[in-house]
Amino acid sequence: MLSSQIKSNEIVFGSCNKDLLEEIIFYGIGLGADFIEIFIENTDNSSVLAEEDFITSVSPSFGRGAGIRIFKGKKDGFVSTNDLTKHGLMRSVSQAIEMLDITDNKREVFNGLNKHRDYSLSKKKWINEVPSIHEISEKLLVSTKSLKKNNKIITRKGSYSRNLQEVIIASSDGTYVSDIRLHQTVGLNVIASDAQYRSSGSRRFGSSGMPNEFRLWDHEKAASDVFESSMNMLYADYVDAGQMPVVLANKFGGVIFHEACGHLLETTQIERGTTPFENKLNEKIAHESVTAIDEGISEGSFGSLSVDDEGMEPEKSVLIKDGILKKFISDRAGELRTGHKRTGSGRRQNYSFAAASRMRNTYIAKGEHSKEDLINSISEGLYCKSMGGGSVGATGQFNFAVEEGYLIKNGKLTSPVKGATLIGEAKEVMPKISMCGNDLELAPGFCGSISGSVNVTVGQPHIKVDSITVGGR
Amino acid sequence: MNSREITTQISKAADFLNLKKWDYGASFSNDYSVQVDKGEAKQLKASQKQILTLRVWNQFNLVGITTTSDISESGIKKALKQANIASDFGNKNESTEFSPLAKDPIKVKEVKKRNPVGIKKLLTLLREAEVKLIESHESIKSVPYNGLSESFFERVYANSEGAFRSYSKSQAALYLYARAEEKNKKPRSSGSVKLGYGADDIDIESCIKEASNKTISHLNYSSIKTDKYLICFSPESFLTIINAFSSMFNARSIIDGVSLSNKNSIGEKLSTEALNIYDDGLHEKNISSTPFDGEGTPTKRLCLINRGRIENFIHSESTARIFKTTPTGHAGLGSKVSVSPDWIVVEKSEENIDLKTALDHSTYEGEFVYIEELNAIHAGVRASQGSFSLPFDGWLYKNGKKISIESATVAGDFKYLLKNIVNIESSQEVTTSGISPHIWVDELSITGDA
Repeated sequence: MLSSQIKSNEIVFGSCNKDLLEEIIFYGIGLGADFIEIFIENTDNSSVLAEEDFITSVSPSFGRGAGIRIFKGKKDGFVSTNDLTKHGLMRSVSQAIEMLDITDNKREVFNGLNKHRDYSLSKKKWINEVPSIHEISEKLLVSTKSLKKNNKIITRKGSYSRNLQEVIIASSDGTYVSDIRLHQTVGLNVIASDAQYRSSGSRRFGSSGMPNEFRLWDHEKAASDVFESSMNMLYADYVDAGQMPVVLANKFGGVIFHEACGHLLETTQIERGTTPFENKLNEKIAHESVTAIDEGISEGSFGSLSVDDEGMEPEKSVLIKDGILKKFISDRAGELRTGHKRTGSGRRQNYSFAAASRMRNTYIAKGEHSKEDLINSISEGLYCKSMGGGSVGATGQFNFAVEEGYLIKNGKLTSPVKGATLIGEAKEVMPKISMCGNDLELAPGFCGSISGSVNVTVGQPHIKVDSITVGGR
Repeated sequence: MNSREITTQISKAADFLNLKKWDYGASFSNDYSVQVDKGEAKQLKASQKQILTLRVWNQFNLVGITTTSDISESGIKKALKQANIASDFGNKNESTEFSPLAKDPIKVKEVKKRNPVGIKKLLTLLREAEVKLIESHESIKSVPYNGLSESFFERVYANSEGAFRSYSKSQAALYLYARAEEKNKKPRSSGSVKLGYGADDIDIESCIKEASNKTISHLNYSSIKTDKYLICFSPESFLTIINAFSSMFNARSIIDGVSLSNKNSIGEKLSTEALNIYDDGLHEKNISSTPFDGEGTPTKRLCLINRGRIENFIHSESTARIFKTTPTGHAGLGSKVSVSPDWIVVEKSEENIDLKTALDHSTYEGEFVYIEELNAIHAGVRASQGSFSLPFDGWLYKNGKKISIESATVAGDFKYLLKNIVNIESSQEVTTSGISPHIWVDELSITGDA
């Protein structure tokens, strides 16, 4: 008796909510919506911070909420709420309908939800398989201890976060799916100091859907890597500014492609009229050595998902093939407003954002050259071993900090340099990527954009850019 | 449940779990926003949000915390239990207590309460603004980034010793970023942001005018030669750089070893004696002001730099105890309590004989670079090392003419920048992040494409 009452009046995770969801969708369609989508979320997150030899922060958090999106023609109304009762969800539908000011008598047909597609079946045990706070704390403390390699290291930090997200997605085209997503990240960073010299080093690792991944993480290798990076940069001189050829390292070097080009291939940019590539489908936009991919299917990668936030399975999208633009990254609104077919890329940070076309695992495919081939081909230039963050302006100009850089002279790596930034525009830089290495690797990151912060992977092999503006002193 | 009922509910649940000491911070909000695209509604958005952050102290006085959006009776109990479990991992090296000022009186600004104008009116106002902006110049083809929003929220702090503070307010925001295109030239973009207590308080006309003028002023552009230049920072750009390096005044950052300052830096000379900097969250022009921080400490005006020397640091309860002073109202509630500035006010002091007062951005005829807006702060600032390398929007003034600078960065050290301030103009301007006059700095590196 109690169970059926709950089922009909409130969303309950782990139960069948079909009747209630259908009732809400019928209600919205009856009020004149062309399309209605309900996204419901339950989260259970934890983060741990170790500083020096102490755990200084343990932060659990949990929450639940719903985002309801209604389309009328090409415009949409979106309402989010923490109230998952039938009353709360219907009130949100009414609010969205009212916002859209629907006055016509046209009514779409809703034939009910399809059979429930449950992607979470094999994932329900994950919450019991992830490491405990105690286990995480112990490993983080061992990690920060192993960063203490000399007295020049003045700050040592290790951080871990785990996000477990349970979602239910239902919409008036019959979509009815549920899923569980697990993301774990761990990061190390240090500050080194000696007299007036200062440097920092950091690395972040991450996975999706791999409860055991943190246990397998090689913290000693990571600590050595971060330590060496900070020591190499401690006494580095500032780089001289100018135009020069650069070699970008693999893994996180791919952040430049992600920011400077990837975003311009999202249909949200076409909707805004802010991408130079809008009418360039099947035209050459990059050097013929460049093939670029966005996909959500690589097992364990930080940007992978079983189903996107609009209930579609992700596809592997070849964006650029041998320099020719082949595809845009699209979501439901993107398909409606630009005509580009959905790619399983509708993503959002949480229930309080409407989904938008967003990248997943995005990378430049490997080429045939070794890293040494690329460096040997440059008489004077810059090797960017580790990239910091960056941004892209409203007209496509990008700017990225180089965290760890080395001068290239006569085909050899020489002295470390700091303070370098790479400046350019995708349209101008893409044709200048003349060589791609054979050492493709991926790296996790967080991407902030119109639908909030989402987990992504960036990646590339080592690549050579023939000429780019390097900012310095 | 309202905030009093939540406090009672937490108190009851804590008693049941035998938790003697607790506090919480909560926020409840209703937000409405619209975006338009060439006269059509693009996305209309509404949200109701509630967030509760609970801290408990266990028998060993270690603190645990949990954040939840489930403010039901069962949600509160679950949050208390989770926080109690987390307290087993509380920081043994640095204790946290209630703020000794959590029951002191607070100053609340007299602001007339606004009511929601509603989505339809927001949409009408934004549609009109978009049309006017596009019509303001033939080269402005679109307003790709735009939005008008209004928020109504309540913030609460309470603890088991009877402290209870609640504060309700409203805020509205308008942003318009235009895109201009001319034949055989790169597209140029610029914009404006305006805040108000309600949508009816926002000066929409000035937002349109500012977005239009700024965008048009960048139509004629040129590359700049890489070199060192005399720089004039706009009030907005100077406040951006001060905020980016605010760890210099932040006691939490000092303790964590990520600040350029140390415990003994009070009194250190950083700049010309003409420079005063305050943090003034309660300033009458600060629309985002709140009368208390995450620990319930009252917000107040605090002098950070007095006549060029560091005067005070900003504190939470625990950092103040370590520094043997009182909290300053800058804490953010968290497992590790954060510290951050509220609203920076830059002023010229009376000690200004060493300034080159002929440097005035509206009259000076020599060569200089005017930095209107700094970008990519998260990527280009290394606060712990004191260095920055940032792209900017601005102009080169040369031979009596000004021309927009295409794609350039300004780089340097923050301490060098402060030491090389050569003029502080007299009149201050209000921005969304504080108040400042134009500030002149000599010999900063600029990288350009020329």
